[in-house]
Amino acid sequence: MAELPSLTIAEARDGLKKRDFSAKELTEAHIRAVESARALNAFITETPEIALKQAEDSDARLKSGAARAMEGIPIAMKDLFCTKDVLTTAASHILDGFKPRYESTVSANLWKSGAVMLGKSNLDEFAMGSSNITSYYKPVENPWRKRGDNRPLVPGGSSGGSAAAVAARIAMGATGTDTGGSIRQPAAFCGIVGIKPTYGRCSRWGIVAFASSLDQAGPMTRTVKDAAIMLAAMAGHDPKDSTSAPQPVPDFEGALTGDIRGLKVGVPKEYRMDGMSPEIGKLWDQGLAWLKEAGAETREISLPHTKYALPVYYIIAPAEASSNLARYDGVRYGLRVPGETLTDMYENTRAAGFGAEVRRRILIGTYVLSAGYYDAYYRKAQRVRTLISRDFKSAFEDVDVILAPTAPTPAFAIGEKMDDPIAMYLNDVFTVPASLAGLPAVSVPAGLSSDGLPLGLQLIGRAFDEETVLRAAGVLETAADFTQMPVGAS
Amino acid sequence: MSLDKATVAHIATLARIKLEDAELDRMAGELSHILAWIEQLNEVDVQNVPPLASVVDTKLPWRADKVTDGGYAQDIVANAPDPAHEFFTVPKVVE
Repeated sequence: MAELPSLTIAEARDGLKKRDFSAKELTEAHIRAVESARALNAFITETPEIALKQAEDSDARLKSGAARAMEGIPIAMKDLFCTKDVLTTAASHILDGFKPRYESTVSANLWKSGAVMLGKSNLDEFAMGSSNITSYYKPVENPWRKRGDNRPLVPGGSSGGSAAAVAARIAMGATGTDTGGSIRQPAAFCGIVGIKPTYGRCSRWGIVAFASSLDQAGPMTRTVKDAAIMLAAMAGHDPKDSTSAPQPVPDFEGALTGDIRGLKVGVPKEYRMDGMSPEIGKLWDQGLAWLKEAGAETREISLPHTKYALPVYYIIAPAEASSNLARYDGVRYGLRVPGETLTDMYENTRAAGFGAEVRRRILIGTYVLSAGYYDAYYRKAQRVRTLISRDFKSAFEDVDVILAPTAPTPAFAIGEKMDDPIAMYLNDVFTVPASLAGLPAVSVPAGLSSDGLPLGLQLIGRAFDEETVLRAAGVLETAADFTQMPVGAS
Repeated sequence: MSLDKATVAHIATLARIKLEDAELDRMAGELSHILAWIEQLNEVDVQNVPPLASVVDTKLPWRADKVTDGGYAQDIVANAPDPAHEFFTVPKVVE
């Protein structure tokens, strides 16, 4: 039998049910794996005692035949989800020592379905970044290396610790959150599956807020089936989040029939842009060929406002962030830096507590919302966002799902793209449009670059049609047969 | 749109983030660079296009105007940097 941490969630579920191994054994194997992979810096806080306690409960349930959907499955929890009495940092200095007195809805749902928490995974500060280098707790390393080049690479971001942990086989799955690509881009960089469900599918309650009209939680796993299993455990209506959708959670796993005959797949012509690596263009064509071989029809579509998605995003997301992050004032939780007056205390605390990228985004957001500029920037962006959303609506009159690359390049070295914020923002060029339109989208590992790094393909679907997205992703996964593993994983 | 130092200082005051003088210059450059890139939105005709307020067509639910939660002040102040009894504290604001 393979090493326990390299099993998929579905395989582990079967093994636990057949009593091939216990939840405690599975958890202990993962705790050891987490310890031996500390060089990756995937976790901000490890929680082995909690994990072992949860595993014991799982074993009791497995024994009594009362196993739940994720019973005994060890996962990483992105450190943006509030976890009761467990340090929750959002990778920011300003949340020093913050131990929430409550549990986020998504994490509570996972514990209620039997999942086991290995720890809180690292991320970009307040989920603002595409490389995990803005974390106050230092960057995460991608477990992959370029062939013949041992320089550490970024895992992508913002859910970089989650992606690295899953790829390195130290967690069977991990939660991510995606505001403009923060699940899909790191999934692509680390060679795993990541799905951002429809806005409203998962409750945002208890997730440290970045941009509330965009933030959405989703699973990061090694297979599409595992993503379906974990998404079902995370999702569901929550009265505590008024934007959470009052819709039943479908049987995502059951949607993976492997049958996509007659499925209409759209290929947005505007996504073939300058600067895209040629091998990513080739992989995209290969992905279309695989879907066609499985019986799908492909057709070119137009999403004419694609090029405006990034500038729209970099108005709306910072605007909402500047408002959400106003709560960090040194009074109610986290860091306080003293000052003579109340205003001094606020200003000192926020200057010391926020890192450079977070400060930059708060300032941009404050500016675009300020008197005299609101109409020119924020309202204008909201209007262009309407056009972007309409582009998708009209495309989905002709097609069932859209295939595109996830990111324009494979993972880059830690330290690259640091000088120009816009170069970093361009990482999200293929992921931001679906975020702005609130649509479900998944990244599936589909091949390797010429220097041996994973590349992902993205499928975007209609609102609340994760089933079609996952079904097509399953077909893509089978065709791509991506079995390569990062350095050191087995 | 290019931001000068005085404008950045004003925004920083609105955002309650203390910026040193040297930082103001650097930030003015960075923000101007980002705003210049955002300017491309001016090419888009948005006449008669309403601003998008909600991505999914769901109505916000109503609920009864009733207290449904509370009664745990100790939990609320548990993470405060300098709480006193069941209160948050701030520097003196009234002489």
